[in-house]
Amino acid sequence: MQLKKSKMNKKTIFSFLAIALFTTFSFSQNRALPNKDVKTLDGSNFNITNLENDGNPIVISFWATWCKPCKKELNNIAEIYEDWQDETGVKLVAISIDDTRSMMRVAPYVNASDWDYEVYLDSNSELKRAMGVQTVPHTFLLNGKNEIVWQHKGYVDGDEDELLEQIQKIAK
Amino acid sequence: MKKIASLLMVFGASFSGFSQELNTGEIHGDFDLNLQSYQEDELIGATAANEVILNNAYLNLNYIKGNFATGLRYESYLNALADYDSEFKGNGIPYKYATYSVDGLEVTVGNYYEQLGSGLIFRSYEEKGLGIDNAMDGVRLKYSPTQGTYLKTFIGKSRTHFTYSDGIFRGADLEINTNELLSSENKIKTILGGSFISRYQERSNLIFKIPQNVSAYAGRLNLMYGSWNYYGEYAYKINDPSNVLSASKMNYARGNAITQNITFSKRGFGVSAEIHRTDNMTFKSDRDKDGKAYLINYIPTLSKPHAYSLLALYPCATQADGEFGMQFDVFYKMKKGTFLGGKYGTKLAFNYSRINGLNGGNSFLNDNTEHSPMLISIENEELYFQDINLEINKKINKKIKANFVIANQTYNKDFLEGHVKGDYGVLNSTILIADISFKIKKGHSLRMELQMLNSKQLEDYSAHVGSYENGLEEPAEGDWGMGLLEYTISPHWFFTVQDMYNYGNEITEKQLHYLNITAGFIKGANRFEIGYGKKREGIFCVGGVCKLVPSSNGFNLSISSSF
Repeated sequence: MQLKKSKMNKKTIFSFLAIALFTTFSFSQNRALPNKDVKTLDGSNFNITNLENDGNPIVISFWATWCKPCKKELNNIAEIYEDWQDETGVKLVAISIDDTRSMMRVAPYVNASDWDYEVYLDSNSELKRAMGVQTVPHTFLLNGKNEIVWQHKGYVDGDEDELLEQIQKIAK
Repeated sequence: MKKIASLLMVFGASFSGFSQELNTGEIHGDFDLNLQSYQEDELIGATAANEVILNNAYLNLNYIKGNFATGLRYESYLNALADYDSEFKGNGIPYKYATYSVDGLEVTVGNYYEQLGSGLIFRSYEEKGLGIDNAMDGVRLKYSPTQGTYLKTFIGKSRTHFTYSDGIFRGADLEINTNELLSSENKIKTILGGSFISRYQERSNLIFKIPQNVSAYAGRLNLMYGSWNYYGEYAYKINDPSNVLSASKMNYARGNAITQNITFSKRGFGVSAEIHRTDNMTFKSDRDKDGKAYLINYIPTLSKPHAYSLLALYPCATQADGEFGMQFDVFYKMKKGTFLGGKYGTKLAFNYSRINGLNGGNSFLNDNTEHSPMLISIENEELYFQDINLEINKKINKKIKANFVIANQTYNKDFLEGHVKGDYGVLNSTILIADISFKIKKGHSLRMELQMLNSKQLEDYSAHVGSYENGLEEPAEGDWGMGLLEYTISPHWFFTVQDMYNYGNEITEKQLHYLNITAGFIKGANRFEIGYGKKREGIFCVGGVCKLVPSSNGFNLSISSSF
């Protein structure tokens, strides 16, 4: 008798959970940025939800100074970045996951590379974890409302063409 | 049961309270699976696993709604990959949290990761590739009372495999950004920080009085002026003897660490100079346990993390117990249109690092409150590691890009790998790398890597030459070559063949090939990779932490996905 009762309860819990899941959490197509702080290159805290680009698309690229394909991606885009900006108004935000071993090298590397990106530091991987990034590079595309509409893992030569196509789709 | 049901009802009811915004909550996460088969291969020393196949898998789930978030991670080790600690066994949900923030206060209960300053006294983080996860379990508060002041404080236990440490940690950190605080436009930006951590662990040593509360503190200063950036931090830890009643463990030495870094950069040019010194600064979540699962602080390795395999064949590992090191970096971009810059510009990256022992040995070896090793001492000290390397990155024309590296590394194999002094002595290697990409047509590229490592053994080793057959240590591996071909079809496919060849091994039977074939498919946020090949036994490092990877031979499958 006791057993039966507990079984019933289990069933109730499960069905309750199922209903709760379906009614409460709808998988929305577009996803928002998590409420996480990163650091600017001059040490200030910056909440990533405050990213802003006048309603134009934003590309977020997770990278590190020790990651070859990441640097390849960002260097390749750097060559054509001005054209992209003129055409679509896009802004690229590069988030370095370098920890304290190589974090201080980020600014010298970025400046020496002549990048025009907005660069932030996520040195204990708080944002990386919140955005489900397992390995770098990992690229996200945000629409004018800061919602993630597309993402891509890894980088091989030519991937920037697909990224541009995606940006063009949502550019005003 | 009833209790749970009613709890859930309340939980549900409180959610339906948000009915107006019901559909704005979001669930996201990521999934990762790594499966490897293990076949025996006597030549490379690879052993077969009883299970034939070993597997690690993770699923992260995060529910986010405005300023509230909750989530968990399911971890499955059936059984754990051979290079993981065997204590990672079975399935579980070792990571779960809930957090919200309101008016500058952020509250987290459950598991969280945290770092104080640069991590010298405390860092809780995860590095799945290395099998590191010392997440905290407890409560954390972050508060920003005014603009420019950031306070955080936490209490918790540190994760060790599937359990939690004996020690309880209490930590606090205050950071003041003076320019933000005073809303000042001063050209000199100053950020000051102070942090404190204390571990409580009951004493069980009946004879000696050892501290139950072991504290460590650190102060830091970050100054910025124009293109200059200075960061310095000093950390101190009180004595922390273990309970074990043996002379080598009963040690009342205190610890300290100091790090100094200055950088200058402007468009096309950047330099960085860094020194650090650490003395008896290993801080663990359990005073009586050893192993990386128990480490609770992070002393970054003072050398450049390398991604090319032969450059990383003999990596440096931090000696938190005692070392002095320095490092310099220069980044320079030769302008387009100049003689050396060519049509597209040429990028140079120079790096030098050197790490040696402390003068007179560290404080732990000299268990004496009077002893303090010299602050800076380089000459005549035992060299642990040295790396001089130059990287040249050049776009040759629209279709060809090249990256060249030349390096010379000195690696104290005896010390860094824990051998008896004189077994191998010190290795000196010269490494040359050429990495060239060809664009074949839109989306199709071919990449080729050629690497060469020429290595010789220095010092003390001569006594052993030719005598390894008599039971003495074998000679070091000698020269290596490596070749890689990678064909990629953007945005979905990649195929790679690589071979590492130990052609210079003095023992002819050990002149082996380590051949690997990999193919992968990527579509948006999903990535599939399958490979077959042999891996060399060695030290594998990511972001400054290293693990020993055994030789292996077999298939591997890896799937990762984010949503």
